Amino acid sequence: MNEAHHECCAHHGHHHELVIENVSVNYRRVLALADVSLATSCGNRVALIGPNGAGKSTLLKAIAGLVPRTAGTIRWRGTAVKKWSREFAYLPQREEVDWSFPITVRGLVEMGRYPQTGWWRAFSSADTEAVDRALEALALQDLQHRQIRELSGGQQQRTFLARALAQEAHVLLLDEPFTGLDRNASQLLGDLLAKLAHEGRLVIASHHDLNTVPNLFDEALVLATRPLAFGPVSEILTPEMIERTFSESSVQA
Amino acid sequence: MITELLTNPFYQRALVTAGFIGFSNGFFSGFVVLRRNALSVSALSHTMLPGIALGIFLTGSLSQWNAFFGALFAALLVGLGSVAVARGNRVEQGTALAVLYTAAFAAGIALLPKLDTRQELEHWLFGDIIAVGNTDIWIAFGIGAFILLVTNLLMRPILLTLFEPNVAAAQGVPVRFIQYLIFTLLVMALVSSLQAVGCVLSVGLLVTPAATVSLLTDRTSALFWGGGLIGGIGSILAVLVSGKFGIAPGPAIVIVLGILFVLAYLFSPKYGLLAPKRS
Repeated sequence: MNEAHHECCAHHGHHHELVIENVSVNYRRVLALADVSLATSCGNRVALIGPNGAGKSTLLKAIAGLVPRTAGTIRWRGTAVKKWSREFAYLPQREEVDWSFPITVRGLVEMGRYPQTGWWRAFSSADTEAVDRALEALALQDLQHRQIRELSGGQQQRTFLARALAQEAHVLLLDEPFTGLDRNASQLLGDLLAKLAHEGRLVIASHHDLNTVPNLFDEALVLATRPLAFGPVSEILTPEMIERTFSESSVQA
Repeated sequence: MITELLTNPFYQRALVTAGFIGFSNGFFSGFVVLRRNALSVSALSHTMLPGIALGIFLTGSLSQWNAFFGALFAALLVGLGSVAVARGNRVEQGTALAVLYTAAFAAGIALLPKLDTRQELEHWLFGDIIAVGNTDIWIAFGIGAFILLVTNLLMRPILLTLFEPNVAAAQGVPVRFIQYLIFTLLVMALVSSLQAVGCVLSVGLLVTPAATVSLLTDRTSALFWGGGLIGGIGSILAVLVSGKFGIAPGPAIVIVLGILFVLAYLFSPKYGLLAPKRS
């Protein structure tokens, strides 16, 4: 089981597919997301781009099951995801997290195991190993006993990624992971996401900096409540396409 | 003098009640501190008074049970009502709570002139632990045991929800249920301490113990168990010494807890004001 994601796609040719079909989300009477479809598979890094209020966060939350879909289906590995999947991990925007919560890095990563352990079962050695591996994969062993409020932005982001790994999530849903990170931290996080995707995970992240999309992502979905374009970054981020997709909204990326 | 007190059945009951309530409310104060909602606790505590007035008004008499259920009903209505209103995303929960609890309090004030037993309401405002009967002990024990049981069984989902509701929901935690549950338990804890310390001071028991612990350690579990110990031992101590200083036991409990907090604030080895500065 633990090895499952390493055997996944990238090295073995068979692909775990995420298929999103005609997903719409309404907040009360406001249409937040209309008729979004996309199909991708693990091993990819998908950027969600578009102006503010375009529905990037909403799409991530809809996939994670945090907001109810008013229409549409989400299928992962051929099975419809009704509400939430243990194989999806949601990473909130950093400013939405209460970083003063008294918990250590290790404690936060251990929370990722709760879907496996359930509400009562004590941690087994397998759980402890999964946490150790997750901490190691994100180079957090030396920080594991620190309080999360003592971390830098990049370290905070890595702690949540480690939590997702401890959960053995295959699909990582990240809301603006690069926002507020300095150059080095961005570089490190970019490398880590590349590595995680290479190991066979599917990374989906909202992103607002068009310039860095080609370096950080393989595919891109351009959103403005409705999907405007989806495909490999090289095809999406042509000057004509940018002109077309961002002209009407008159908002910079 | 202490031995004299200990053979007095009133003091015995007072000590047992103080221990129960102090421990269970101290334990629950861990959640209040983690959730940073001490102000909601304060608002809810003020809701109990109109609840008691309503209980008396509807039944025509003042009894333990009328007061208990009146307070429970009003606080639940306002507490869960604020969670429900805040779900609409339009009004923030603190705002909703302030609106609802002041409205309830105003209704209580409007009701007061219609009650015959007005004088005795003061008793509920400040409590009287020496007057606790066996019923009160059972209420305190029953509620305390229930709170400890439920929070320990659901510790993981509760902590996940308090830390980050979205991430918790993505892991399959029924976040909304947990949020209602926390408020229900909070109201029960408040009501259980009504007879001992009264509406206003009940807030102290539900905030101070874990706030003190948070100055001493970063361990999350210590907030609960440490809060329980500080609450329980502090309350028993307070009842024991209150006679010596000629003050009522209810206020004494909250004063002792307050003093412990100030001591921790000053002398905590890690975060105290007078602690050696860390480089």
